Amino acid sequence: MRLDADEREFMCSGHAACPGCGAVIALRIFTKAMGENTILVIPASCTGVIVGVYPQSVMRIPVVHAPMPAGASVASGLRAALDMRGDTDTTVVAWAGDGGTFDIGFQALSGAVERNEDFIYVCYDNEAYMNTGIQCSSSTPYGAWTTTTPGQDWKRLRKKNIVEALVAHRIPYVATANIAFPEDLVRKVKKAKSIKGSKFLHIFASCPPGWRIPSEISVKTARMAVQANIFPLYEVEDGVRYTINYKGKQRPVQDYFEVQGRFSHLTAEDFEQIQKMVEEDWELLQRKAGDQAADACIQSSSAKRAIKPNKVF
Amino acid sequence: MKQVLEGNSAVAEAVRLARVQVISAYPITPQSHIVEVLSDYCATGKMDARYLRVESEHSCLASLVGAACGGVRTFTATSSAGLAYMHEMLHWTAGSRLPIVMAEVNRALGAPWNIWSDQTDSLSQRDTGWIQLYCEDGQEVFDTTLQAFRLAEWVNLPVMVVMEGFLLSHTYEPVDIPEQEEVDRFLPPYNPAFKVDTKNPFTVNSIAPPSIYMEIRHDNAVAMDQVPERFDDVEKEFEVLFNRRYGAVEAINCDDAEIILVTSGTITSTARLLLEDLRDRGEKVALLKMKMFRPFPVELVCRALKSAKKVAVIDRNFSSGAGGIFLQEVRAALCNRQDRPLVFGYVVGLGGRDVTKAVLEEIYKATKDGDVPSDKSVWIGLREVKHAIGR
Ligand SMILES: Cc1ncc(C[n+]2csc(CCOP(=O)(O)OP(=O)(O)O)c2C)c(N)n1
Ligand code: SF4
Repeated sequence: MRLDADEREFMCSGHAACPGCGAVIALRIFTKAMGENTILVIPASCTGVIVGVYPQSVMRIPVVHAPMPAGASVASGLRAALDMRGDTDTTVVAWAGDGGTFDIGFQALSGAVERNEDFIYVCYDNEAYMNTGIQCSSSTPYGAWTTTTPGQDWKRLRKKNIVEALVAHRIPYVATANIAFPEDLVRKVKKAKSIKGSKFLHIFASCPPGWRIPSEISVKTARMAVQANIFPLYEVEDGVRYTINYKGKQRPVQDYFEVQGRFSHLTAEDFEQIQKMVEEDWELLQRKAGDQAADACIQSSSAKRAIKPNKVF
Repeated sequence: MKQVLEGNSAVAEAVRLARVQVISAYPITPQSHIVEVLSDYCATGKMDARYLRVESEHSCLASLVGAACGGVRTFTATSSAGLAYMHEMLHWTAGSRLPIVMAEVNRALGAPWNIWSDQTDSLSQRDTGWIQLYCEDGQEVFDTTLQAFRLAEWVNLPVMVVMEGFLLSHTYEPVDIPEQEEVDRFLPPYNPAFKVDTKNPFTVNSIAPPSIYMEIRHDNAVAMDQVPERFDDVEKEFEVLFNRRYGAVEAINCDDAEIILVTSGTITSTARLLLEDLRDRGEKVALLKMKMFRPFPVELVCRALKSAKKVAVIDRNFSSGAGGIFLQEVRAALCNRQDRPLVFGYVVGLGGRDVTKAVLEEIYKATKDGDVPSDKSVWIGLREVKHAIGR
């Protein structure tokens, strides 16, 4: 597979991640799509370790490590400094985990995107605080075991819908992506790079030790999340224009859940309930994307509601 | 040119003349006038700077860390709860060796709510690695803010310019504001020790394992230890241009005194008046004003207190379980000196209670009449209250 990205690698070998780490796959593809005029701001997370321990670094682009709540705010200040220096070629990127985005970094992120700071904020989502040992975050999905939702106390709350929270800020560009769909990821990174203002990319990135999966099915597992509509691929422009990017092969949620040890306690009944929840969310999303199309149709003719999302794959 | 300005405006003028490039701030009484004036300067083009209207103080200092890593001159102002909210970032700033300058307007910390002057907010951040300079009047606030940029950029450490809420922030005084060209001569454009740049990629603040963390901290210590000397150098340069000088400490009549009052901030001005009165009455009394608190200028303090029999440290701040904070530091500074004076400690003026000349005179008398200092700070001017918890 050839990607429409820089031939060069901006991430060297020798990183400190576990085998099959989705965050690494995401970062490698992301930086290839971005190119060399990129600065990464990385709040405390697995990536903060992965990119190297002093005095080594695996990154060929500048990296600024940041406190866990401060990804978006450090990136804001760096952008301001570059502006004052007249450097308009460089893109500032905040690269944070789900904990650093959904939870402790959310206030700073909300503030920064409300100001429409000109940066790309990437949340690579492995659905828990992995760096500190697989604790539950507000991104941890319904049904999951983590070390703070142990045994029969597995998480019985839904995952926070971070994309909709960002969409509600009406920023120019919000998109989901997935390590199993690299072309789609590259396209979205390039699109984000071309837009001024705040861009938010939510990249689904599997974590073999955290999800209790063998490393060789890391990408496959991430792909199944899309196929089961658990993690739909879509983008939202200016807070209103929804485009669903994937409507290929579909699967029941059970396929996705069954391969992961973190869901091993779930029963057939649980799967049924989760399937319903996923369908509800999926329909809601389709309606948002479809309503757009419908509005457009209504304006041009009195045609029926066209609930046909755009298809990329 | 002399202008009648409130302390907050004096800060804003200094920041404008320092040609700060990125300002980030979150409003809190009694600091708000500083950020209002500065955001106006940025909006109207009176300053060529970016003003980041952040959603919290944590983000405020974090954004300045980002900006300073980008190699530009940065400033913020805060107070009390805002400073406490920055705590993680205060350590991070100093650890990153970034010369960020902050105006810290002293205000009491809750609970209960109190917006008035009290130094416990800044002093409780004493271990964060920031240089702390306490001011006595509007002119000193202005001058110290300018000096702070020069000092911070020289030693690559952040500086907190500390001024009391309302007593300085909202009090109008004549302040001599120099012309831009004069300030430019004192404060050259910022030439950062490093700046993040895609043309020269490197990593800032990657994980430092036990094999190197200590050396990095020791570097901080070495930089901090130079500060009294560097500050003296900065003041010399400043004096040549502006004919004013303060000193890390100011020792008044200390050579022949038996009792020395140790003060900081606005209480010093009141103590100056008392000193005149007492001297007129033939009392052998002196005054030591503490401007620099971090680093604690041990050498200068010990030299000033050397000939005294008794010292009275007056604190508008309080560390529960330990007493006044300047008191602890003065005692610690003296503890290994021969023939050290007895050190008395007094807590006054918390939460903005007025500290009058009479209050200071009471302290002087108590010290003169006292044989052995109490281990704890003595609280002055306490009223009888009916409702007390946990007695
Ligand atoms: C203020 C603060 N609280 C807690 C931590 C400890 N901590 C470091 S990384 C981390 C988890 C990061 O989780 P996430 O953002 O999801 O990234 P991941 O490690 O999963 O890639 C935590 C809790 C911290 N560094 N700072
Ligand atoms: S714990 Fe998970 S996210 Fe962290 S390095 Fe390992 S695989 Fe990657």
